[in-house]
Amino acid sequence: MLETARRYRSDGISPVRVVQDLIAKIKTEPYNAYISYDEEGALRTAREAEKALEQNGEELLIGLPIAVKDNICTKGIPTTCASHILANFVPRYNAHVVERLRALGAVIIGKTNLDEFAMGSTTISSFKGPTKNPWDMTKTPGGSSGGSAAAVAAGLCAGALGSDTGGSVRMPASFCGITGLKPTYGSVSRFGLVAFASSLDQIGPMARTAHDAAILYDAIKGHDPKDSTSVARGYRHTPLDGIDLKGVRIGVPQVFFGAGLAHDVERAVRYGQKVFEELGARIVAVDLPHIPYGVAVYYIICTAEASSNLARYDGVRYGMRASGAKDLLDLYLETRAAGFNTEVKRRIMLGTYVLSAGYYDQYYRKASQVRTLIVKDFARVFEDCDIILGPTTPCTAFGLTDMIDDPLSIYLLDIYTIPANLAGIPALSIPCGFGDTGLPIGMQLMAPAFRDDLLLSAGIAFQDVTNFHRVKP
Amino acid sequence: MEYDVVIGLEVHAQLLTRTKIFCACSTNFGDAPNTNTCPVCMGMPGVLPVLNGKVVDFGIKLGLAIHANIAPRNVFARKNYFYPDLPKGYQITQYEYPLCTKGYLDIDLKGETKRIGITRIHMEEDAGKLIHDDCGPNSYVDYNRAGVPLLEIVSEPHIAGTYEAVAYLKALRQLLVYLEICDGNMEMGSFRCDTNVSLKPKGSTAFGIRTEIKNLNSFRNVQKALDHEIARHRQILETGGEVVQETRLWDAVQGVTQSMRSKEESHDYRYFPEPDLIPLDIGTAWTETMRRTLPELPFEKRARFMHQYDLIFYDADVLTQTRALADYFERCVQLLPAPKDICNWIMTEVLRILKEGDIADLKVTPEMLIRLIKRINDGTISGRIAKEVFDAMADTGTAPEEIIQARGLVQISDETHLREVARSVIAANPKEVESYRKGKTGLLAFFVGQVMKATKGQANPTLTNAVVKELLES
Repeated sequence: MLETARRYRSDGISPVRVVQDLIAKIKTEPYNAYISYDEEGALRTAREAEKALEQNGEELLIGLPIAVKDNICTKGIPTTCASHILANFVPRYNAHVVERLRALGAVIIGKTNLDEFAMGSTTISSFKGPTKNPWDMTKTPGGSSGGSAAAVAAGLCAGALGSDTGGSVRMPASFCGITGLKPTYGSVSRFGLVAFASSLDQIGPMARTAHDAAILYDAIKGHDPKDSTSVARGYRHTPLDGIDLKGVRIGVPQVFFGAGLAHDVERAVRYGQKVFEELGARIVAVDLPHIPYGVAVYYIICTAEASSNLARYDGVRYGMRASGAKDLLDLYLETRAAGFNTEVKRRIMLGTYVLSAGYYDQYYRKASQVRTLIVKDFARVFEDCDIILGPTTPCTAFGLTDMIDDPLSIYLLDIYTIPANLAGIPALSIPCGFGDTGLPIGMQLMAPAFRDDLLLSAGIAFQDVTNFHRVKP
Repeated sequence: MEYDVVIGLEVHAQLLTRTKIFCACSTNFGDAPNTNTCPVCMGMPGVLPVLNGKVVDFGIKLGLAIHANIAPRNVFARKNYFYPDLPKGYQITQYEYPLCTKGYLDIDLKGETKRIGITRIHMEEDAGKLIHDDCGPNSYVDYNRAGVPLLEIVSEPHIAGTYEAVAYLKALRQLLVYLEICDGNMEMGSFRCDTNVSLKPKGSTAFGIRTEIKNLNSFRNVQKALDHEIARHRQILETGGEVVQETRLWDAVQGVTQSMRSKEESHDYRYFPEPDLIPLDIGTAWTETMRRTLPELPFEKRARFMHQYDLIFYDADVLTQTRALADYFERCVQLLPAPKDICNWIMTEVLRILKEGDIADLKVTPEMLIRLIKRINDGTISGRIAKEVFDAMADTGTAPEEIIQARGLVQISDETHLREVARSVIAANPKEVESYRKGKTGLLAFFVGQVMKATKGQANPTLTNAVVKELLES
């Protein structure tokens, strides 16, 4: 992003040309990173950007082509959530984040692929077919924001927006060797983000570098009265020159390095830890006792909320409607049977179950209580450290068909990313090495709520002395 | 066997806010279908609710008026079920943490006061409306009502019969209208009532099996449906049967309740806290601000009227039925400190003309009514003529003096003239004169009546009486 912005200003390159080139590439891209692109709109805004640049417009985002995950509403442009049920849905409103990007002069280049309704970790369940990892076309890019991650890694956009409910920004960022932030819950408006699990969902930036991610985050963060969970105060601007890490306490919980962690991933993350030490950070051992319950808690809460959030897709007002339904019940059954894929149906079923009379206390209420314990774990640990460090994922990218029939193993891939969503705290994934087969590895940093700035500036400092983020597929 | 009737009532009151509970759409009733809608109340993907603070204001006001606890922490919840009039597939309501708890309403039962407990009041959104094609197989949905704010008011099962139920509903509706938070219109659905009814052996502490009746859109229907349902329960119990716990629908045409769904078929609403809205904290400052905006409440006004104007309960109760009528009365009293005369005029003539109508539409202003009463007091017209003048005023909105002038209704108080008329009346009725003089003094009224007739009712009644009597007895 920074690079493109410089070229616009010093080399006289026109955003129109950059956008034209990109659209041409997107039309033939082999990764299936995009669900749709908006050639006309992108070129129109690129021409506006050209004018703004001629008038010495200072906003860094002017003319930068940004890709947006296809569960984020774009006015007049289809927003499908990679689902048959919304295949024909064109919103008449922009998501708050899209409004912000547009106001700052960015070009929305297209809509990226995802797991249907952002439910998944592989970007395989999309109605448009799987996205392929630019590092190895036989591998998954991770998910659910796999399209955005692949687009950034393959240079098919300057930066992208993803959404993260249990790791959906960080995990594909890790698998594709890019930087991705899951911001503090409430710091980025969810207005226009098609809800999966409302208490966990957060839109986050995905980019080549922490610096670019910081620019995107600073553009989209902030209070939005249209989202009641949006927070009004407490934002800090990110120091884009990085920070001096001397004396910064980095907590390393043992629980993130237990069984199930691939040895190449552990090696790379430990290397990352050493880089921070060399930058002056102090490593402290910390304990997060309730983390082992994270996955169970997450799959109760997120499915419960999803079962309710997805009830509106009933074929009555918009989206797909099954033809030939005999009566109302039939209309519901046929529409939803045909409109949703297996994983979405599985989660709706699970969520409906955990909220049912007689099971609510056992599941949903209990999960909410354990969630509170996890929140408290983090609060206590952040008295002893400023940042928590660990792996983003237990392994590197795997084959596109490897775990297709094993949802439980896929759920376990989110084991390190889920806690930040449950606690509402920010978490950043940055590249920290390559695995045995040459695939990228991500390291996760977490900080207290509203210290996204600390994560991003620590990431910038890290990337100042490392080159993993510069390696291209 | 003798039975105790146990009734609990759930009222849904549509609030008079300008906009909906979670978006800025108008709440206006009767607009073209789906014109008062937006992505939020249509449940489009990705949109979010934002609470309308006025709804909370109104809820607090009602809570204070029924002496309820106002919850310092409010949590909204989702009630999940599928129906085409419910855009999101769930209704945003309150479940575990409602706005108000433990209130009460005192109702008047033919002079006796009974306290009816109110379990809770909570805020929620209304659903849209299905419109079925009269001649085709299609149904349509109008979402104008979707998201209109409601207060659900749930009573304790303290109501022991149909009469009490209707009295409670009337008192509650009066309170809502006084507070100006609901227009109370049952026919248009802004005040809706579901009833729970059961019977138990007299004096027993254990409740019987209850049924719920929905779809009651007038006090008359509440009364008829409850009477019918109580009789139905009694018949089942007396023949050794068992009432089935179920929801029933009142069929006003056939005058019966009919089974809608059994307990087994009832929905599992899968309530859980609404994650799109943060918990709402209501501090004492908010509550106190609302307390200061409370108007004088119906029972307070009634008590004051009895005390201040020395009125009997019944009169004070009628005069305070609406704020507008009470204000009309008080404006009159301000102009002429004769509360009892004014009360009589309102109770008879004003309410006769008004019937069910609105006092704001009455053409006789307090100023005009008082001028009319003054014309009686100063002898310009008689009380009888005044009623004719009042009708003309209500008809045309003309000032009383003008009507009296135009119709020549000024009272005849000229004694010479009256004496002349009386003489001719006496001369024309010799038989009656004879009877009178033989002791049938009751005939005095006959002679006075004849004088009145001859003067088209304009004769001063007191003077006429005296003159006739004097002539007959001389």
